[in-house]
Amino acid sequence: MGCIESLPYEVILRGGSFKECRDYIRKHFRETLEVQPGFKIFDTHIIGVPPISVALDGDFVIFPFTKPCHGTFLLRVEDKAEADRLRKRK
Amino acid sequence: MIDLADEEKSQRSALLVLGCPQVPVQTSIALYLIHRLKQAGITPVVAGNRSAITLLVVADPKRQYLGEALDLDRVIDQITEKKRDFDLCFVFIHNDAGVSYAATMGAISKARLYTIIYGEHYDQIVASIEFPCQNIAAKAVHNPMPLKKMLDEVAPWAV
Repeated sequence: MGCIESLPYEVILRGGSFKECRDYIRKHFRETLEVQPGFKIFDTHIIGVPPISVALDGDFVIFPFTKPCHGTFLLRVEDKAEADRLRKRK
Repeated sequence: MIDLADEEKSQRSALLVLGCPQVPVQTSIALYLIHRLKQAGITPVVAGNRSAITLLVVADPKRQYLGEALDLDRVIDQITEKKRDFDLCFVFIHNDAGVSYAATMGAISKARLYTIIYGEHYDQIVASIEFPCQNIAAKAVHNPMPLKKMLDEVAPWAV
């Protein structure tokens, strides 16, 4: 998973479709933002069908992460600096 | 005498974005497409994960077809950072992740986008695509001929 792999991530959804991950974010989190494919989160370009939903929950960042053979994962990573950076972008 | 139209055409490039190589037709159709693109004077560049690239390298040991081959994440970095782009882009799709990669290529690249869709559930994948692209699709898993036929009908190398 590149840079993401080295992060202390928690998998919220595994093996779902991209749409399922987007719907999960919209349903379960109040603070969300939409980004375009290629937008960088944790120094990794995000893959997905636009608009890509990302959630913020305190210092946690919740975002989809796609790999060709494994589908899309919904990951949760605690990182205050990244959460703040994304929050400023809203 | 140099034909300027031909010279311009010969400088064109195409990116082939490979998906997970678990469906056998991908490697066969990728090599065929590389061949047709090269015949048309278009430089093919392949991007994929290590397994997808290795399948091509082993199948084409003298690199008679395969030219530049790149890690998928790296080429996405290059396009997103405007360091590189292509005239044509072909995204191989047999699962939901492939659709996400195709949508991403459509958003970050200026290339004319083609999706090459195959596998048991190819029709469901076609129905899920809502972004601008040209779909080349067939029910093909082990036998590449239905997909080759569709590719030949569209003939994207002739555009």
